[in-house]
Amino acid sequence: MAVNRTAQSLILVLLGVAVLRIGVTDQYLRYVKEGLRPFLLAAGLLLLVTAVATWRHREHEHEHGHGHRVAWLLALPALVLLVLAPPPLGSGAVNQAGTAIDGRSAADFPALPDGDPVPVTMLDYAARAVFDQGGSLHGRRVRLTGFLATGPAGEPLLVRMMLTCCASDARPVKIGLRGRVPALPPDTWLEVTGTRLPETATDEVNGQTIPFLHIESARQVPAPPNAYE
Amino acid sequence: MKPAATLPARPRRLGSVEVLAAILLLALLSRGELAGLLDQPEVRTWLTMFVSIVLQAVPFLVLGVLLSAAITVFVPAGFFARALPGHPALAVPAAAAAGVVLPGCECGSVPVAGALVRRGVTPAAALAFLLSAPAINPVVLIATAVAFPAEPLMVLARGVASLVVAVLMGWLWLRLGRTEWIKLPRRPELTGLARWPAFWASARHDLLPAGGFLVLGGALAATLNVLVPARWTQAVADQPVLSVLALGVLAVLLSMCSEADAFVAASLTQFSLTARLAFLVVGPMVDLKLFAMQTGTFGRSFAIRFAPATFVVAVLVAAGTGALVWGWP
Repeated sequence: MAVNRTAQSLILVLLGVAVLRIGVTDQYLRYVKEGLRPFLLAAGLLLLVTAVATWRHREHEHEHGHGHRVAWLLALPALVLLVLAPPPLGSGAVNQAGTAIDGRSAADFPALPDGDPVPVTMLDYAARAVFDQGGSLHGRRVRLTGFLATGPAGEPLLVRMMLTCCASDARPVKIGLRGRVPALPPDTWLEVTGTRLPETATDEVNGQTIPFLHIESARQVPAPPNAYE
Repeated sequence: MKPAATLPARPRRLGSVEVLAAILLLALLSRGELAGLLDQPEVRTWLTMFVSIVLQAVPFLVLGVLLSAAITVFVPAGFFARALPGHPALAVPAAAAAGVVLPGCECGSVPVAGALVRRGVTPAAALAFLLSAPAINPVVLIATAVAFPAEPLMVLARGVASLVVAVLMGWLWLRLGRTEWIKLPRRPELTGLARWPAFWASARHDLLPAGGFLVLGGALAATLNVLVPARWTQAVADQPVLSVLALGVLAVLLSMCSEADAFVAASLTQFSLTARLAFLVVGPMVDLKLFAMQTGTFGRSFAIRFAPATFVVAVLVAAGTGALVWGWP
């Protein structure tokens, strides 16, 4: 069905409101990088302005034929955002992509800051555990935050997704778990304290190395506002 | 503004406003059932990826559409013809090089290229701009440099190969392209309008089809992201020719934003640098999302010819550039 001028304005309002709503709350962090926020807010406002201008000038133009049928589709992401607000990517997306690890040389691994346990990011832990052969991790207890997932063979993993721009380019950082692994369902967020194990596994998706962690203690935590790293 | 009473009476049938209202009402009433969809991991992943792709593109789309409206309404008709070299064969490389100035991803450059054609730029030059802008702008090149810290030649190879593909495609269009393949969507009569009404009318006429097709492309790309496991490409990683082709196809299917694709390419470590270069050259020029948007802006008969031709040229140029820079395996 063709979309008349008033319906066009309404669709633009719907999309503008959806974009603004996730932009003013922390919800946008489920889908895109932090840095996109000002652009999302600006785009949401401009969509509303375009909608108002469309509606105000609706009697000035003489439309030939019908409006843009495909414009209906713009209501779909707006409705998904307003009605469902899907959660950040979780355990369901873990086995789809290979583990992320950035190749660095030993010189890129300065000593960890003081503290016991010392909080490190999942990516930093994975890179140090694999490429630094654990040099800077030797004798240190670390604290990591991620969610539980299971690998292809059902083995427990601690995972954190990394984003570059948006969730469609998300890459998981996977860490194999040993020791006192809590028996909790996938997607449970944990803060774990533990030490590096020399054991590694190979991710069958991209052939990269998955390091392991021996868990001393784990505590269930609420999902952080930004699920990604 | 005229009073509402002077509006033409609408026929008594189901209008699009009523349909939209019904859809909204239905969505709100069945909220509980719809939320049940999120229990399915695949559906949940699909929904998150789908809205992410659309959200990531929306600011660039809005920017591109407003820029294109500004070009249509505020730039004098003969400006681009004077700014570009008179001979079409020279206008193509000039327009391709001008792609450096549009910082953004491919979603913004489609409506801008459409506006350039409307403003009298020869289609060959506008298409060269369309292809080069998302690939060679500073934001994308810096992202590439950050993603490949150990391989500084990747930035150079990407920039040069993308520029060469854009110029070759422009020249190919000059030789083989037909004007009737390009069907820009019908416009309202902008000439009789004051500037600002014309500006908003132009923005709306770009935004609705380009946005609609962006949603379509985003849905397709999310589906393939969920259905095509990355390990399928693993099987061909060590075959020099097939791997270049495989990563070219992967770039089309994943429809990644050109600002993000370098990081994904960097993580495909089992592939040769040449294959990863193909991923980076093809991605910003041909992908599902872009194909859908080109269909919306330039018409179907254009898109079904232009996208496959661009794919072939991009893969060949990437393979050649890779062989020159890193040697043939």
